[in-house]
Amino acid sequence: MAQKRDRTPNTEQLALQELTIEQRQVEGLSLSTVVRRRFLQHRAAVTSLIILGLVVLLAFTSVGTIIGGTGKLAADFDAGRIVLDGFRIPGWWQYNWYENYPITTPGGLPSWQHPFGQDTLGKDIFARVMRGIQQSLTVVTLIGTLATVIGVVVGALAGFLRGWLDSLLMRMTDVIIIIPGLILGAVLGRTVGGNALSLGILLGLVSWTGLARLVRGEFLALREREFVDAARVAGATNFRIIFRHILPNSIGVVVVNATLLMSAAILTETALSFLGFGITAPDISLGQIISEYNEAFKTRPWLFWWPGFFIVVIALCINFVGDGLRDAFDPRQRRMPKTASLPAQFREIMSGGFSR
Amino acid sequence: MISFVSRRLLATLAVLLVASFVVYMLTANSGDPLADLRTSKDPQSVAKMQTLIEKLDLDTPPFFRYFKWLGGAASCVIGRCDLGISVARGDEPVANALGNAMQSTLSLVMLATVLSILFGVAIGMTTALRQYSGYDYTITFAAFIFYSLPIFWVAVLLKEFGAIRFNAFLGDPSIPWWIAIAIAAVLAFVASAVVGGHVLTRLKAAGGTFVLIAVTLIVLDLTDWFVTPSIGIVGVALFTIGNALIMLFVTSNLTKRTLQMSVGAIVVAVIALWFPFQFLFFYVNTGWTILLVAGILAGIGALAGFFLGGDDRREAIRVAAVTGALATVPLVVDQMFLRWSEYTQLIPLRTGVISTIGATTPALTNHEDTWLRMLDSATHLVLPTAALMIISIAGYTRYTRATLLEVLNQDYVRTARAKGLPETTVIMRHAFRNTMIPIATIVAFDFGAVIGGAIITERVFAWQGMGALFNQGLRSVDVNLVMGVFLVTGIAAVVFNIFADLAYSALDPRIRVTEK
Repeated sequence: MAQKRDRTPNTEQLALQELTIEQRQVEGLSLSTVVRRRFLQHRAAVTSLIILGLVVLLAFTSVGTIIGGTGKLAADFDAGRIVLDGFRIPGWWQYNWYENYPITTPGGLPSWQHPFGQDTLGKDIFARVMRGIQQSLTVVTLIGTLATVIGVVVGALAGFLRGWLDSLLMRMTDVIIIIPGLILGAVLGRTVGGNALSLGILLGLVSWTGLARLVRGEFLALREREFVDAARVAGATNFRIIFRHILPNSIGVVVVNATLLMSAAILTETALSFLGFGITAPDISLGQIISEYNEAFKTRPWLFWWPGFFIVVIALCINFVGDGLRDAFDPRQRRMPKTASLPAQFREIMSGGFSR
Repeated sequence: MISFVSRRLLATLAVLLVASFVVYMLTANSGDPLADLRTSKDPQSVAKMQTLIEKLDLDTPPFFRYFKWLGGAASCVIGRCDLGISVARGDEPVANALGNAMQSTLSLVMLATVLSILFGVAIGMTTALRQYSGYDYTITFAAFIFYSLPIFWVAVLLKEFGAIRFNAFLGDPSIPWWIAIAIAAVLAFVASAVVGGHVLTRLKAAGGTFVLIAVTLIVLDLTDWFVTPSIGIVGVALFTIGNALIMLFVTSNLTKRTLQMSVGAIVVAVIALWFPFQFLFFYVNTGWTILLVAGILAGIGALAGFFLGGDDRREAIRVAAVTGALATVPLVVDQMFLRWSEYTQLIPLRTGVISTIGATTPALTNHEDTWLRMLDSATHLVLPTAALMIISIAGYTRYTRATLLEVLNQDYVRTARAKGLPETTVIMRHAFRNTMIPIATIVAFDFGAVIGGAIITERVFAWQGMGALFNQGLRSVDVNLVMGVFLVTGIAAVVFNIFADLAYSALDPRIRVTEK
């Protein structure tokens, strides 16, 4: 007994020391500063973020972009030319993605003039791939934003208010989760028939379920904490407690999962477009390019390599950024993940990326 | 427990009903099933449209059509499934089409899933045990890359490099000695990285692997093995011995005399029975023979364990029976390879041995020789299985690594080490078994998801499974067909989710199903 009593303060002291070391690192810093510092230490994540930025920059400046419209092509029979829906801001690349150019090299082999080669009609593949990246990124951003917003709101309301609203919202989530993602996406994609904006919005409206469950779990735990009671005693409204007090405390879960959601979203979008249920010709996306040139692999492999390469680069970069964010928000998770959260994590991993 | 299952079933049944309604309405509104006929210049198109409208009951609004469909689907409970007919498939009853597609999908996806689990768990465990080593970083990075690969892209690449190039290799199979050396060197490097630890241990592992691989490749090349591949009694024996060693290692019984004896007995039995089995395989030429052989060998294994097991009788019976049953695999592969030259003459020359399209060679679908048909299926399965595996393995690797790392941090692992147990026992008996608990539930989820088919893989490899049915159904707005696929997928997901919960509570006594 005496021995034990001797030991107790010792371990406590040790624990205190450990804590102070850890605390000293972050002493007097705000959460965002801590997270930023930790994120910047994750080399793979920072590199990925830079590469992703460069890809976005390249895609949007090279062939320009379309504002105020979907960018869908339509033939204007009176004028005898192709018109775009919306206004096109031109970029520094001399070719565009919808016109046919004279084929400069035998078979459209890549050359200085057309670095990614040309297809049988003489379309410039570089321009097409850049436009495809724009479209795919648009879809990904829309899905990410919409799903995050809806998921956070639904999860927060369900977790904070509980009761009948919780049951109702969670049953709704169950209904959507039980429909396999690819099936739901394909049916919706077929309905709205092909441009990036409507596809992104529709997919965003149905991909919030996983995040909603996670946020609900966080809220269920956090609403019992003392700071919530303190805020309520101080007279804060429910709205204020949810968005000013609890949400900032669960921001890590939200940010990390939103990133993972987006990396899954690019694979879903390209898969749907490949199947012909997502973005369809004459619109372009990375998956649609691969689908269009599927048979040409033996004769013109460059039609096939580049769009796939960019899908991998984008998905990989987003995944690494997500990994870096996870480490930054919760450095302990790296050393010791909680058993209970593992199946949920895996389901997140598998359900998203698993567009078989 | 029964009340838990029934409550869960009822709740999910309600969810499934609502979801089926949602999918029905969405699919019905996703397009115009008459679109083709409207634009057609066929003078009879109006009459055709009329018959189609009658067949699909298009004059009834989708809302009421759903309840008609539901009535038909509900009669499945009393054993008379009426899921409607599929117009896209020439008025074939949907239940019929689903039956065939399910068979095809299961043969495709089951193998891929089982293999991915085996490889994924093995790789994940090695990375966790060598945490923060170069090997760990390489595998983790590779898993990230594989995880980011779009499967349709991988599949097309596999078609080119896996099939066409490999077939070209099989057309003129010879491995130059320097390529054999290079392959051996690469594998030796991997082996040394996996083993880790002291420089001498690593060198030993690398040297052993190098010699083994290089000699094997050169011997195989010199004996023209790639022209006429066979396993024979030697291969069966080697495989069974290796398998026995792995079984002993996994159950951490490598040094136990009684288990060595039991497993040794089954190895001897397999070698002794190889010749009689040849007659069995030849004269009883059906798929059931596999089960028969597996049963016989498992029985012999159980007997060996019973008589030689001594104090570890139960464990000996289990290990020896499983080793015996697994010995069926090389025996069957042996039978398949016996028909290799016959097979290469039967298939069309143009396509090569590794096929890129479909589930079987059409001319061989009804061939009388079961083993030849199996060989045919196997050559068709290679590519889609590889494509599916590349991505699944990445997921399982990441998951196993995380789980094992967490388990290794537990107190009971420290206790096991502190009381001086050998590291193998600590890992295989204490850590590995606890790692398998969450993985078992994940496997249940995955199987549930897998039955819905691999829509993209099936499309690329022209495989007629559930995914292909969905594709076809959605393309021609054939609501019955899409609903059929959804029904199977949804029910599978629900059932396997409940399985997963039950498995978790059965394996981990800390968790009780009633608590949820």
